[in-house]
Amino acid sequence: MNVTRGFTGRPRVHRPGLPPGQYDAGDDWPVLSAEVTPDLGPGDWSFRIDGLVERPHTWDWDAAHALPASAYDGDIHCVTGWSKFGVRFGGVSLDAFFDVVRPHGSATHAVAYSHTGYTTNLPLADLTGGRAWIAWEYGGGPLPAEHGGPARLLVPHLYFWKSAKWIAGITLLDHDEPGFWERNGYHARGNPWDEQRYSGDRDGDSDCD
Amino acid sequence: MPGRIAVSEGAAAVWQTATLTEIRRETPRATTFRLAVPEWAGHLPGQHLMLRLTAEDGYAAQRHYSIASAPDDSGHIELTLDHVPDGEVSTWFHTVARPGDTVEVRGPVSGFFAWPGDRPALLLGAGSGVVPLMSMVRHHRARGLTVPLRLLVSARSPQELIYAAELGAETTPVFTRSAPRGVPVGRMAAAHVAPLLTEPPEGGWEAYVCGSNAFAEHASRLLVAAGQPVDRIRIERFG
Repeated sequence: MNVTRGFTGRPRVHRPGLPPGQYDAGDDWPVLSAEVTPDLGPGDWSFRIDGLVERPHTWDWDAAHALPASAYDGDIHCVTGWSKFGVRFGGVSLDAFFDVVRPHGSATHAVAYSHTGYTTNLPLADLTGGRAWIAWEYGGGPLPAEHGGPARLLVPHLYFWKSAKWIAGITLLDHDEPGFWERNGYHARGNPWDEQRYSGDRDGDSDCD
Repeated sequence: MPGRIAVSEGAAAVWQTATLTEIRRETPRATTFRLAVPEWAGHLPGQHLMLRLTAEDGYAAQRHYSIASAPDDSGHIELTLDHVPDGEVSTWFHTVARPGDTVEVRGPVSGFFAWPGDRPALLLGAGSGVVPLMSMVRHHRARGLTVPLRLLVSARSPQELIYAAELGAETTPVFTRSAPRGVPVGRMAAAHVAPLLTEPPEGGWEAYVCGSNAFAEHASRLLVAAGQPVDRIRIERFG
């Protein structure tokens, strides 16, 4: 341990649910995106799932909203170090979309892409089983554009760069394919509990998320 | 959105000990900290690093900071940090740190905001958002590059303009609260950006925007309105 002379840090409050190396951002919700916020309204938005599926499908705003509503109440964690507790997102579970397209048994990974061209890769298992959403509401109101509105991917058990803003689609693959930040040095999976921040960080074993 | 620079996997994964060698006050709020990092693998202008401070009881705080120095400053890097009220890491730097102290760093990380010096660069920054842009300006000078480079930088006042003495003909400062006699006061506007885009250099600008989210939203909209392609605008938002 490399102790820093004279550094005490903030008063320690045991905060269950705070992954290693993270701090509680409180009421802040920092905006982190490397691109221009697009001028994208609900009428311009669509969401497609294709690749290794039986029936590729595209939903527009109304068709997506016709699926059963599902909310996430919990925490989110950003690779830059902040975590945000007790947030509420509304939308639809990705399981409801997958029920329509029916993934092939050979599908193991996914690439999520945005209306702006951003991509991020995920194991398919991280998108199923009630752990991922297409979200269009935040705190009871519409999701703000700078946070990915009108709709974003939400995978709260992974670092938040995996939750692609302005989500446009997901392509299922039988192999892993690095996305935008993963090609720029970030970890392929991004599990906050294993501190999988950068490429080269350990692959980890705590699948208890 | 375009890709950019592949980042060395090894360098980003390993924590290295960095020794503070020099502290330079820049403005009443911002100070530069020079660090010796003997095993530093090098960086590109615009990249950042992760820095970690560890308390006696093992508590560690880590933050991302943009690198201010140009590459090739052999074995040294510089960070310029604002003193954030209640900021546990920046408060240590501004009130405790002295030469000889050690901290830990890993990086550089992320190649997206990096500028290798290959394309004309139009840089828009506000406050401490000028830090990664200054690495680019320093790189441009140190290498004697002839590729066009322009910096528009917003500060509240001349006293709060970081690196004021180092900024040269490539720079247009914009002052939002108070300015020298004869210089207008106001936020960055189309009038600052438009002239640079009506006569862009051959191949067009690669635009780099860095500052608060509010500034980044404002400045990137100015660029788009002036005709800069959205896929040639790179943004680094501080909080």
